[in-house]
Amino acid sequence: MGSSHKYETVIGLEVHVELKTKTKIFCSCPTEFGGEENTHVCPVCLGLPGVLPVLNKRVLEFAVRAGLALNCEVAGFSKFDRKNYFYPDLPKAYQVSQYDLPICKGGRLEIEAEGKKKTIGITRIHMEEDAGKLLHSGTTIASSDYSLADYNRTGVPLIEIVSEPDMRSSQEARAYLEKLKIILEYIDVSDVKMEQGSLRCDANISLRPIGVEEFGTRAEIKNMNSFKALQKAVEYEVERQAEILNEGGSIVQETRSWDEEKGVTVSMRSKEEAHDYRYFPEPDLVPIVVEPAWVEELRNSLPELPDERKGRLVNVLDLSEYDAGIITGSRALAEYFDRVVACYEEPKTAANWLNGEFLRLLNAQGLEVTESKIDPEDFAALLRYIADGKISGKIAKEVFAQMFAEGEKPGEIIKRKGLMQISDEGALSAVVEKIVAGNPKSVEDYKAGKEKAIGFLVGQVMKETKGQANPGLVNKLLQERLDSL
Amino acid sequence: MSLTGLTAHELSELLRKREISSTELTERHLDLINALEGKINAFVTVTGEDALKQAREIDERRARGEELPPLAGIPAALKDNMCTKGVKTTCSSNILYNFIPPYDATVTEKLSAAGAVIMGKCNMDEFAMGSSTENSGFAPTRNPHDLRAVPGGSSGGSAASVAAGEVVFSLGSDTGGSIRQPASFCGVIGLKPTYGYVSRYGLIAFASSLDQIGPFTRDMTDCALVMNAIFGHDPKDSTSAPVEVPDFTGFLKDDVKGLKIGIPKEYMQSGIDPQVAVAVKKAIEKLEELGAFCEEVSLPHTEYALPAYYIIAPAEASSNLARYDGVRYGLRVEADDTISMFNETRSRGFGEEVKRRIMLGTYALSSGYYDAYYLKALKIRTLVKQDFDEAFKKFDCLLTPTSPTSAFDFGEKADDPLSMYMSDICTIPVNLAGIPALSLPFDTVNGRPVGLQLIGKAFDEGTLLRVAYTLEQNTDLTRPKPDLEGALQNGKQS
Repeated sequence: MGSSHKYETVIGLEVHVELKTKTKIFCSCPTEFGGEENTHVCPVCLGLPGVLPVLNKRVLEFAVRAGLALNCEVAGFSKFDRKNYFYPDLPKAYQVSQYDLPICKGGRLEIEAEGKKKTIGITRIHMEEDAGKLLHSGTTIASSDYSLADYNRTGVPLIEIVSEPDMRSSQEARAYLEKLKIILEYIDVSDVKMEQGSLRCDANISLRPIGVEEFGTRAEIKNMNSFKALQKAVEYEVERQAEILNEGGSIVQETRSWDEEKGVTVSMRSKEEAHDYRYFPEPDLVPIVVEPAWVEELRNSLPELPDERKGRLVNVLDLSEYDAGIITGSRALAEYFDRVVACYEEPKTAANWLNGEFLRLLNAQGLEVTESKIDPEDFAALLRYIADGKISGKIAKEVFAQMFAEGEKPGEIIKRKGLMQISDEGALSAVVEKIVAGNPKSVEDYKAGKEKAIGFLVGQVMKETKGQANPGLVNKLLQERLDSL
Repeated sequence: MSLTGLTAHELSELLRKREISSTELTERHLDLINALEGKINAFVTVTGEDALKQAREIDERRARGEELPPLAGIPAALKDNMCTKGVKTTCSSNILYNFIPPYDATVTEKLSAAGAVIMGKCNMDEFAMGSSTENSGFAPTRNPHDLRAVPGGSSGGSAASVAAGEVVFSLGSDTGGSIRQPASFCGVIGLKPTYGYVSRYGLIAFASSLDQIGPFTRDMTDCALVMNAIFGHDPKDSTSAPVEVPDFTGFLKDDVKGLKIGIPKEYMQSGIDPQVAVAVKKAIEKLEELGAFCEEVSLPHTEYALPAYYIIAPAEASSNLARYDGVRYGLRVEADDTISMFNETRSRGFGEEVKRRIMLGTYALSSGYYDAYYLKALKIRTLVKQDFDEAFKKFDCLLTPTSPTSAFDFGEKADDPLSMYMSDICTIPVNLAGIPALSLPFDTVNGRPVGLQLIGKAFDEGTLLRVAYTLEQNTDLTRPKPDLEGALQNGKQS
């Protein structure tokens, strides 16, 4: 445990989520990722002199959906504020955000880490606009000969989800972020892609001696671009702070940046250098009044959330916690599963195939569930061929691989390749006769009490039939034939 | 026949009867602009060619027998803080000396739709901060009634252009009196509408919660016609009120019988030029004679309005003006590195008064000072508004002087910001309350016009039109004419 065993870790996360509305928060430019530099811009998002913002209603809707999915209270009255800071990626030199009256407050999220369930409090969710991107010729703006600005991302809607300082380990922090991502994916408000920046996470980390109530001084860690990075950054930071405390030092309140390559956090700015954002109410927007009836409408339109869905899979479909957890870990996979079991009545078998072959092939090719060529109905049809004894499990894997590669229907593959299982007793008896006649040594062994020898003979029959023989039937016929000798 | 100095409705009639053409009208006004600008300097940019093109289009449409709106073909001007697509819009600031907007402000679009011929962009105090146009980053505007006097501000160019006859009407913007005070100084009518009645889209912001666009005209009928053209809800401005717009000419009634008019005593106290007070009293007598009922009323929080304004307006301005950094448009002063470029650009681009207000506002919003300044100012704003609400329970409108004095001389207050700020003491409370007010010329003092301010309930511009129209119809004091002979002679020489 290194030098941190005397301390309790306290972690709170601030997560920025880009909303996948079609247009930006205050203008009608597209939010689409990518695109040639400075093509998704207009006078409003460029903050040209004289322009005014108009709130995109869908942004409010998405923020409220997120709040409801995270068990928050939705504010009947909230407002926007200006967060003033000067940086050329922010063309108005202020970010329209929400300060003291956010749209949602007081939610919670259930997580599971290291086998233990835990509830993490959500302090607030607020709406704001994203900034643009700068490309410096040097390492910082101050040391560059020139810097290039791309404002395509300027005005893309964000929500910031702030947790309570309820997490106590890097595993809990990671579990929280993963769970948050899944929920946001379920309610379809964001692409939640960390690598594209549509899900961004900052962590506030402090230590306190075990048993002490009062929080220690915290450091805010930025620039963690994956779940793994979050976990590693927290672990590093905990060790760093513990070492300082053990040496009798004190933690400096500051903002630090995670350096992925070096695996360390480095100081960005101290409390003294922190911005004074000079928040004040945004005079260009009117306060937001949310009707309770509309909130109820949105609450009723929420899809089944991961925990609910997992509960259904375990309690109604009798899946294991483990299988249900994997399936509901992605909305796309869970929906795919539902479509398979709509056509096939044995959920456990479906789950085995889904979590086995299906995920194995997807992972091998780095594909998303939605990119799969297998129609869920065909998936179910394949399972039925197995259940009906028309193909063996081994053959089924071959068929499945073909389905996965080409999107061909299982019936067509089986027919074209002549893979139908042989369950005809007459036909199989002839093969059994031939094998028995051709392997006197094995027959002898069997008769001498070496029962394992029958396995070799079954294998020979399967080989002779190119794997198409019904293995159960082969076993039965061989047994009868050998016993009759 | 002299075509300059007439009103829009008079000219509209001549145009309709085809006694004159818009082209001819525009040419005559351009001639006058050429003759006078050397002395008056009401314009930052004159768009003569565009104006003539617009005028010819109007003439063609009229020739085709099209029914045209009343302002069609009438020469007009915009304050240079209203965006005009393809035409330089500077806010009279060096930091925007070359800024050409790629879009039109909503009022620009509305005036174009009404067929008005835009002659150019008017000079102003830089970023609308000032009361004399002496803060223009380029050169001051002179008062057509007396070239030694300031035209008022910040919409000094808009007021002077109408007073001098260079255009028939113009638009200004009013954050703390920037339409009414120059209207008063230049002897024209100026209206600050209810906050939210006219779209601010495309108006380069000074203080967003206070700014409103309004007209300068020579008579009340023109005022109503311009209101008809520019008022109304705009989906591009979230603070624009979703209300129906009446036909404002319907309020032009020569009748004030039974109207209750309050005279706020706080506006008649210290600092008011006795001769201005005499003009106000004269107006009260006239209104009573015409059947109105005038009575003193108290607005007890008036004295706190000015300090509250000088917290709120600079606070918003400090944020609104932070975007001018030399990166995307406007002035860029090249320097050794990027950070120095920002610093140099802002240092050289902004004038003294603008810098003063950016600093005031930044300070007022700073961590630790917010509650003591900004929040307190917002509370005063509420109290000022409540004063008006209380008064309007009893009165239909209020009457005050527009400014404590008539136009002052150049340099008189330029080095004393506080004394300059006092020039707006009667107009500022109205902006804080978001209610409408109009300045109507009423008499002159030593050849310099005096303005009456009529203050109304929110969205009740109608009552202001009615009272002002009645005074206009029953006295000869509302249209002071400047003597421009001297200016024309000198202008020709220079």
